[in-house]
Amino acid sequence: MTDPSAPPPRYGLGSLLLIAAILAAGVGSFAYAAGWFSPDRLTPTEIIDALAPASGPSLGHRRNHAKGICFTGAFDSNGNGEEISRTVVFRRGQYPVLGRFNLGTADANAPDATVRVRGMGLQITTPDGAMWRAAMIDLPFFPVATVEAFYELLQAGQSKEPDAMKTFVAAHPEFATFGGWAKSAPWTASYAEEPYNSLDAFIFVDKSGTEHAVRWSFLPQAQVVPITAEALAKLGPNHLEQEITERVAKSPQRWTLTLTLADPGDPTADPSKAWPDGRRTVQAGTLVVDKIETERDGPCRDINFDPTILPDGIHVSDDPFPAARSAAYARSYDLRTSEVKDYPYQQSAATGTRP
Amino acid sequence: MIGRERNFTVSQRILHWLMAICILTMLFIGVGMVSTIAPKYLPLLATHKALGIVILVLALLRLGVRVRSGAPPLPASLPEPMKLAAQLSHWALYALMIGMPLIGWAMLSAGAYPVVLYGDIRLPPILPQNDTLHTLLWNAHFYLAFAFFALILLHLAAALFHALIRRDGVFESMAAVHHGTELVPGE
Repeated sequence: MTDPSAPPPRYGLGSLLLIAAILAAGVGSFAYAAGWFSPDRLTPTEIIDALAPASGPSLGHRRNHAKGICFTGAFDSNGNGEEISRTVVFRRGQYPVLGRFNLGTADANAPDATVRVRGMGLQITTPDGAMWRAAMIDLPFFPVATVEAFYELLQAGQSKEPDAMKTFVAAHPEFATFGGWAKSAPWTASYAEEPYNSLDAFIFVDKSGTEHAVRWSFLPQAQVVPITAEALAKLGPNHLEQEITERVAKSPQRWTLTLTLADPGDPTADPSKAWPDGRRTVQAGTLVVDKIETERDGPCRDINFDPTILPDGIHVSDDPFPAARSAAYARSYDLRTSEVKDYPYQQSAATGTRP
Repeated sequence: MIGRERNFTVSQRILHWLMAICILTMLFIGVGMVSTIAPKYLPLLATHKALGIVILVLALLRLGVRVRSGAPPLPASLPEPMKLAAQLSHWALYALMIGMPLIGWAMLSAGAYPVVLYGDIRLPPILPQNDTLHTLLWNAHFYLAFAFFALILLHLAAALFHALIRRDGVFESMAAVHHGTELVPGE
């Protein structure tokens, strides 16, 4: 606009174009942040969709580990953990817990003997309001090394391609370790006889600010009685829930919280690689489960056992899984809470069976 | 109208531009974090929660300042429908600045999530866990975020329209960098 005598409309047109360009840049950068130009970005929705079986998800239920039963009890902290983390959970004392025993399946009605992996969701709270949530499984390591590989595994599992699984295994040799475990590890007939492992490494910060890479396990104090899958199947499709209900009614069940500390150089970013034996361990306390309730009537249904909900003194490591799990669990929670009408609230608890 | 204050006060201008940065950051973090499972999801989520409460506090403070200090009048030459649009959009922006953090806080509460701002600093739940409320609040938070961004773009377009086309001092009333209020001849 060098000519001061230029008519105002021309000046207005240039300005309008400038305004339009600024707005377009705003919309474009917003769309970019939202991932609309990044089709390769793995979204929580994609992970959740990939978890659904061919028959569709179990509406109103968790999108994975869909079958489960609630428990409550206490974490009896012995104070030994204070050396590793300043979290109040490790101060000597008893803290209320609620949790959920579950099967690693997207099918809320899966018969027990058809599911190889079992899990535990856990929430410990302290009087000052600190909260520690965890979602653990009995498998001592994760089947794959990366979040992307997990997504590929889900896709291969659903694929119509006959060689999809073979191709996946060839590309991800670490998956063979899971195959070996699934074949050789003993089955048990009780949630009380299973260990529950964090799998992912977390960083525990002690009072001096020193950081320790830790993986933890809740190891069963109950005697482990191995059983074959065939014998478990004969006990009925919902044996695990009936058994734990009766067992806890008779006496509380216990697990020892064992913290395993990484040696320098142990991989923290890859949960498919178990740390070698001989690592230093600290027994930080005992989980006591003294009450079982159905998921429908218990407190665990309302809880998203997001493993990144951690008390001050514990935080995530360079392991990428907790973040991915957090994002996907949130999506699962959003979906199932919006499907509350599909959740079997009306079903009679007395039958102990599921529709 | 000789001697009328033409600009917003210094504290109003500081609050406006500080909040502009906060809110735009907030909206970009929001759409970004829900679209990814990458490790950055966690720091984005943590920032979103803490920044949301910062915005809530600033918005309440700003509302107080606005009630006390008022706003410079719009130019008399501005057509009535545009004046009305300006007023309505400003009150809608205030409603969203205060409402969105509260909806987010309530949504987390209805989902039984702890509301952690930093380290051991937590906020209490403002609702009990409830599936239906969680869904309602989630939808409100999600769709109002897009409405908020659209309204901000409209606000920006109007500001630039004042600055570049009408050149009537409205843009300068918030954008002026020199000191405080000044006296100008009325129209």
